[in-house]
Formats: sequence, C-alpha cells, structure tokens
Amino acid sequence: MSDSPTTSVGRRASGLPIRLEGVTKRYPGQDRPAVDAVSLEIPAGQTVMFVGPSGCGKTTLLKMLNRLIEPTGGKIFLGDEDVTSQDPDRLRRRIGYVIQAGGLFPHMTVAANVALVPRMLGWDKRRVADRTEELLDLVGLDPATYRDRYPRALSGGQQQRVGVARALAADPPVLLMDEPFGAVDPITRVRLQDELLRIQDELGKTIVCVTHDFDEAVKLGDRIVVFDVGARVVQYDTPEAILADPAEDYVADFVGAGATLKQLTLTRVEDVELRPVTTATVGADSAAVVAAARAAGDDFVVVLDGRGRPISWPTVAELSRTTTVPATVDQRLPVVGLRSTLNDALDTMLAASQGGVVVTGRRGGLSGVLTVESVMAAIQRTRAAVGG
Amino acid sequence: MTATAGRPPADADPATLAAAEDERDTAAPRQVRGGWRALAVQPLLVTLGVGAYLLWRATAELSDTEARQLGATTLWAAIREHLALTLAAAVLVLLIAVPLGVGLTRRPLRRLSPLVLGVANTGQAAPAIGLFVLLATWLGFGFWTTVVALVLYAALPVLRNTMVGIEQVDPRLVEAGRGMGMSTLAVLFRVELPLAVPVMLAGVRTALVLLVGTATLATFINGGGLGVLINTGITLSLNSLLVSGAVLVALLALAVDWLGRVVEHVARPKGL
Repeated sequence: MSDSPTTSVGRRASGLPIRLEGVTKRYPGQDRPAVDAVSLEIPAGQTVMFVGPSGCGKTTLLKMLNRLIEPTGGKIFLGDEDVTSQDPDRLRRRIGYVIQAGGLFPHMTVAANVALVPRMLGWDKRRVADRTEELLDLVGLDPATYRDRYPRALSGGQQQRVGVARALAADPPVLLMDEPFGAVDPITRVRLQDELLRIQDELGKTIVCVTHDFDEAVKLGDRIVVFDVGARVVQYDTPEAILADPAEDYVADFVGAGATLKQLTLTRVEDVELRPVTTATVGADSAAVVAAARAAGDDFVVVLDGRGRPISWPTVAELSRTTTVPATVDQRLPVVGLRSTLNDALDTMLAASQGGVVVTGRRGGLSGVLTVESVMAAIQRTRAAVGG
Repeated sequence: MTATAGRPPADADPATLAAAEDERDTAAPRQVRGGWRALAVQPLLVTLGVGAYLLWRATAELSDTEARQLGATTLWAAIREHLALTLAAAVLVLLIAVPLGVGLTRRPLRRLSPLVLGVANTGQAAPAIGLFVLLATWLGFGFWTTVVALVLYAALPVLRNTMVGIEQVDPRLVEAGRGMGMSTLAVLFRVELPLAVPVMLAGVRTALVLLVGTATLATFINGGGLGVLINTGITLSLNSLLVSGAVLVALLALAVDWLGRVVEHVARPKGL
C-alpha cells in the first residue's frame, strides 16, 4: 500500500504539523458540546501535552485526531491534508496510538504485536522482522529475549515499552498518547518518561499526549495546552511560560501551589553539576578499590557490571570486608537518567531513603552521582532568581 | 577509576535500562500448565467403564431377547445412530448459534440480544420431552425432527458463551485495534474471536454433553439412538437392557466431554 510516503526503510520521518479548525464534538442529548470549536496548531516534531481536569474533553479531542471519535464539526489537517474526509482505517495506520498499559493483544507475541501495522501496510516478511528488531531495541528491550514472549510474561513497564514500539512500527509522523504512563508505578514511570524523551530526541515525531499529571506535562512537553470544560483552550504555551505566568487563576490553581518548587520539574539532572565517584568493576581486587576511594575522599564506591552500568553502591567499610568486588545487584539502588528532572531525582532519593542518586547516561552507563546537597543548591539558585 | 560526568552521547543500548527495570518491576510468573495430567484421568475412566461393560456382556447369562438386543451389530447401530443425532445437531448448533452470537454483539443488533437470549432460554427451560413431543406433532416423527428439537435445546450454551466471550474482551483492546487502523472485521477476527475462544469452546462442550444426554429421548419420537435400549428395557422390564443403555450413554457423554476438553486445551490461544 502506498498511502504513506514516510514509511520507506531507513528514512526518518520527522513529524507533520497538525492543525485543528473549529473542531467540535456534540453528543446527542447533551446541551453543551463535549468539545466546543477548538482551533489549535501543533508544530511538526514537537511534543504537545494536553492537560486539564477529567471530563474537560481533552481525551475526546485526542481521539478525534485519529477519528476514533468522529468530530461533528470543524476540520483537522495533518500536514496539508484534510483528514476529516479520509478513510479512517487508512488514516489510523499513519498515526501511532499508545494507550494506557500498552493495550497489547495478549494472544500475540511481542513481535506479532509490533508487526501489526507494517503487516497491514503489506510490508514483506524480512522488512517487518528487521523493523521489529530495530524497534524493540529502540524502546530498550533486547529483541532476542523478548521477541517471542507473550505480553503476560512482561512487567507493566515492559508492556508499555512494547506499546510504544507498536505505535512507532510503521514510522508514523504523528504519535497520539492517551495517558500512556498512568498505570505503572512511579519509579517505572520516571524511566519510561526518560526513554520517551530520548526516543523523541532521536526521531522528532509530532507527539500529542494526554495526561492528568501536570509534572509529567512539564517534563515531557515542548508545549502544554491547558483545557477547561468543553475543551476550551485556556493557555497554550511552553512549560516555562505557563509556570512563570499562568494565563488565568484557573491555570494557576491547576499548576498548583509552590510554583518555585515546580521549577524543579523544569531543571534536568544534566543541568546540575554531578559528583564524580570512585567506581569498581565486578571481580576487581577490593583492597585496590578501597585505596582508590580513600585517596579520592569517597566513602562509597559505585560497582559497575561488565557493560558499565551501575548495580550497587557499597560503602568503603562494607567493601573492605570483601576480597573481590561482589556481583550483588542492589534492587533498591536509586537510579535516574540525565534527562530526568530534579523532581524525579528528589523523589527517587526519598523513595530509597538515600542522600543521593546514581545518574546514568545514554547507554545506561554511569554518569556520576547527584546528591541532595546539589539539589538544594539548585533550589536556592532558583529561589534567588525568582526573588531577584 | 572515576566516573566521567556526561559521557559522549552514543547510540542507545537501552536493553540495559530495561534489564534494570526488570528487577524492580517484576513480570507476572508464567502459569504452570498442568492441564494434560488432568486430561489423562477421564479417558482412563471411560476405558475402564467400557472394559467392565464388555466383561459383563461376555459373562452374563441373557435371555434370547436380551442377547439379540445387546448383540454387537444392534448395539453398534444404536451407538452410531446416537452419535449421528448428536453430531448433526452439534453442527447445526454451531452453524446457527456462533454467527448469531457474534451478530448480536455487533452494534446494530445489540438491542436485539435480550430478545434472542429470551427465546433461547425458553428453548432450554422447556422440558426436553415436551419440546420433542410438541415438535413431533408438528413436524412428524423421525430423525430430523429429533435433530431440530436437539438444536433448540442445545443452542443456548453456545449462543450465550459466544456473546459472553466476545463481550468480556477488554474494550481497550478493541479500541487499540481500531486505533491502529484495523477494520471492525479485522478486529473481530484477529482480536475479539481469538480471545473469546476459551469461553466459546466451554459453551460448545456443555452443548455436546447436553446433546448426548438429551438424544436418549429421541426414542419417543422414533428418532433412534441408545434411548431405544432404555425404553425397551423399561417397557419389557428387562433391567439388562435398561442398565446397558444408561451405562453406554453415560460413557459416551464422558468420552465426548473429554474430547471437548482436549479441543479446549489445544485451541486455547497461547499467551492467555
């Protein structure tokens, strides 16, 4: 099928802009429309977050973009095409769709789930298999391990990753996400958010994402749309602008108290100075590591596995009781990514009752350690900046 | 030995991250499938039953009438007739109840489902013997009238389980399918029906067992089957015939139930 010009192998589609003109949804028997004449422009390659109270019509509006809900009025343009007059099934194959908990089909393997849209588009087997491999890799699942598993054998976070891979399978220019990370635990959510940021850096899709979590919107969004009842657009701006200058009291209420602290959500871990730390690889001689740590003035050491990713952080005292560095994996090791927000980092510290977190970079390798002191210093600076 | 803050951005090898996540966010353990062992018990019982019956038949002292009625050819003919009734009715039930059940879960026909379920309920709630006789007075006696009666009697479990099976499919999965660009028909055949298969097959098995049992009533409207043996046994006060008929029907029902279980086990979609 040739309805999508952007699905040829190897060519990275950057997103298409989306334009809404007076889009309206009126349900029979209700005097007020659920979505009332919304006009909005979503620039290509940007992540736009829809936030607002439940029942405000943000999800309805999202579902009208791929016409799971048919608008009763108005026009929707994808690029230059008016999609309101297209065959909805063919339209949807060009728009990635991610729902809460992934929405994987339980009777299909991970690979079969990911391959669904490419198969519908009539790709040949080889190409589908290659693409599946590539995507599982992209979302952080080892293809050899996970390809033939059924969703039941995956954790919630892994299912959500597969859900994202499936939505990206045919390289659609646009990705719609409906509360994608609502059903996973907070620590997994932070990881998935970090992954999405990384994927988006790589792919540059146009992403529209509904969330009820304003912090998530600030973290993920290039821009945020704040909706009120009837999908009235109250404010449409960058996270920084919305936090600094809420358009109405309504937005200020929604953003919540402590906007200074909200700035924590705007500051990424990579913007803050990380503390270098003594590292050791599994199986190394403990005495040498202890000596190096003492020389550097560190009271703990980060242990890396064979691939350079942190697995535990024993204290120097603990380590000096061993002869070689143990391979024990610390399940409670607090880890955040470089693109995590200071808010995430602080949360992770609190959850682990630790005074710091280990920060990993793009290969999952160690980037350094972020301490609660550096976070406090960042808060101080922000307060000084806001105050002055 | 010290970490470098801000490693050079290399293309991601995110498998490591996911692996780390594995440890925190553990997957549901795979369920052990011990089904096969349970499945082995039933055919064993049936074989034992058949063996015991054959032993009794070979050693019992029987009158001429009994011996003729319980002769290998007569018995075999009765069993074949019984199976033919069951099979014909089962095929018709499947052909009618499955498409009807699917149709009634589609939006345009959904309003009709209480009505159709009501009719099917009546079919099953009505005493089987009454149903047989009423139909016979209308359609005449014989094989096909029996089949019609059996179909009416056994359609409900298949119809209801088809509907329940499809309705219990998570609506978000249907939405996910539609959202990916699958047509309603593709969603039905690739998502809804496969996920409904276990429930549907359970209904089919129930229907089959009902059919084997109810087909014994065929004798009253000249439909043949093992019921003839039982009926003759009662009218002539020949307990050997009566018990033979009853035992054989029971063994047949058990065997059919087992076949149904095997099919359920094999046809159950992997991953559920």
